[in-house]
Amino acid sequence: MIEVQNLTKYYKDFCAVNKISMTIRKGEILGLLGPNGAGKTTTLRMLTGFFRPSSGTIKIKDLHMPEDAIQIKSLIGYLPESAPLYHNMLVYDYLDYVAKIKGIDDKEKRYDRFLQLSDLCGLSSIMSQPIGTLSKGLKQRVGLAHAMMTDPEILILDEPTSGLDPNQIAEIRDIIKTIGKQKTIVFSTHILSEAEATCDRIAIINKGRVVADDTTLNLKQKEQSSSIKLSLKGASKDDATALLKGIHSDLVINDVEPIEEDLISFEIKSMDNQDFRSDIYLKIKETDWILVQLTKESQALEKIFRELTREEN
Amino acid sequence: MKQIKHIAIKEFKDYFISPIAYIVISLFLIVTGWFFFSTFFMFGRADLRDFFSLLPITFSFIIPAITMRLFSEEKNIGSYEVLLTMPVSFTDIALGKFFAATLFTASMLIPTISYPIFISFIGELDLGPVIGGYLGAIFLAAAYCSLGLFASSLTRNQIIAFIIGCALCFTLTILDRLLFFMPTKIISFIEYIGASSHFMNISKGIIDSRDILYFVSVIFIFIFSTYIVMHEKN
Repeated sequence: MIEVQNLTKYYKDFCAVNKISMTIRKGEILGLLGPNGAGKTTTLRMLTGFFRPSSGTIKIKDLHMPEDAIQIKSLIGYLPESAPLYHNMLVYDYLDYVAKIKGIDDKEKRYDRFLQLSDLCGLSSIMSQPIGTLSKGLKQRVGLAHAMMTDPEILILDEPTSGLDPNQIAEIRDIIKTIGKQKTIVFSTHILSEAEATCDRIAIINKGRVVADDTTLNLKQKEQSSSIKLSLKGASKDDATALLKGIHSDLVINDVEPIEEDLISFEIKSMDNQDFRSDIYLKIKETDWILVQLTKESQALEKIFRELTREEN
Repeated sequence: MKQIKHIAIKEFKDYFISPIAYIVISLFLIVTGWFFFSTFFMFGRADLRDFFSLLPITFSFIIPAITMRLFSEEKNIGSYEVLLTMPVSFTDIALGKFFAATLFTASMLIPTISYPIFISFIGELDLGPVIGGYLGAIFLAAAYCSLGLFASSLTRNQIIAFIIGCALCFTLTILDRLLFFMPTKIISFIEYIGASSHFMNISKGIIDSRDILYFVSVIFIFIFSTYIVMHEKN
C-alpha cells in the first residue's frame, strides 16, 4: 500500500529524517514511536505531501509523490498534530467546506456523510459551534471527522491522543480500532502503552532513523524482561526473602515500596525468563501469610524503546 | 476549477464572519467619502474624477489590510497544513484566495454607487467615465490584491504582510510621480510600470488594450510569484 524508500528531509543543515525505508501493507495499523523531535511528524508530513522530501521516493498504491500528489491526497485522510482548524468557522460549515473540496458534490450525500461522521465521532451536539470555542478533545474529533470525510483508504494521524483526558483517549483509540479493521492506518505517538494496545506493527524512530520495525508481538518477544510483583501480608521481610531465595537460586529479589500499608512488596526477576509464579504460590501456601498480589509485568516495549532511543552523550 | 470556486467562496464568507470586513469597509467609505465630498461643491463639476483619482492611494492602504490574512493567518494557526493536504493544487489555492479578495474589494465599491446616483440628480453626469472608472477600479483592485496575496504568502505574521503589501502597492501607485528623479532613458519604462496612469486612462472612459494588458500582467506576475513562494516553502 505505502512504500517508502530512503526518505530524507533536511531543514537547512539539520537532518530531520535520515534515509527511512519501510513498507506498509493494506489493512495494517502502524504505530510510529519515538521521543520528541525524532522525526515522526516530518515523516508523516512527507507522506501526506505537505513537505517535499529532500531525497527518496514515496509510492502509494501505484502513484508516486510528488507527481501524482493530488490523487494521493484524495486517497489519504490526514489529521495533523493538535488539529489546526479554522477557528472562526462553525463545525458544520467547516465539514461542508471540506466535503466540497474533497469532491462530495451532491448535497444529500454530504448530509448523509455528516450524520454518519457525527455518530462515529460524537459531533452532533457541537455542529453549530465555532471551532475556536471547542475544547481540545472536541477539536480533535472534528479533525478526525475531517480526515475520514471521504472514507479514505489510508488514514494518517499525527499524535491523535496527545493532550486529551483519559476518557477521550479511550474514545479516540476505540475509533481507531473500529475503523482500523478495514483501513490502513499510520499514526504517531510517544505513549508506549497506546502503541501496544492499538498497533499491529510498530516502527521506532530515533534521530531521523528507523531503529526498529516489526510486529508488536515480535518486538515484545525479542526482549523478554518480565518481572513478578509480589505483595504479602503478615510476613517479615527477612523471612519472606529467605523463603523466596529457596525456590530457585537464579531469582533476583528486590524489595520495593509496598502498595499498601502493613504489606511487604517484592519485585522478582529470573535470569532465564522462566515463569515462577506457581512455585511462589505453592511455597506461600505452606505459610500463614496472606497473598495480596502476584502479577507478571512485561516491560518489553519500554525496555526496547529506552535502549534504542537513549541519548548518547 | 471547482476547487477554486469552493476556496474562493469560503474565503469570501470568512471576511464577513470576522469584524475585519465591516471595519475595512467603513474605513474605506469614510476616507473616500470625506476626501471626495469635502471639495466636491467647490468646483461645481458633476463628475467623479476626484473620487477615482483618490482610489490608487486609498487602495494601496486598504487592500493590503484585506489581503494580509490570506496566507499569514493560515500559516500562523497551522490550518495551512490541513489545506495543503487536501486534494487541491497550489494554483487552486492561490487563485481561490485571489478571487475572494478581489470580490471583496468589488463589494466594498458597491455602496459608492450612491455617489453617481446622487450626482446625477444635481447635474448632468456623463456615464462613460463613471463606468470606465468602476471598471478601472476593479482592475486596479485585482492587481493590488495579487500584490497583497504575494506579500501574505511570504510571512506568517499578518502585520509584516500588511507592511510589505502597502510598500508594494504604494510604490506602484506613486512611481509615475517620481519620474523627475529618474534618468531620461528609463522614464518611459518607469511610467509604464506605474499603476496610476493606466488606471486614470481607463477611468477617463478610454478602454485601451495596453492598459488592460498591463493590469493582467501585474496580476499574472504576482499570482505566479505567490505560486513559486508556496512551492519553495514546502
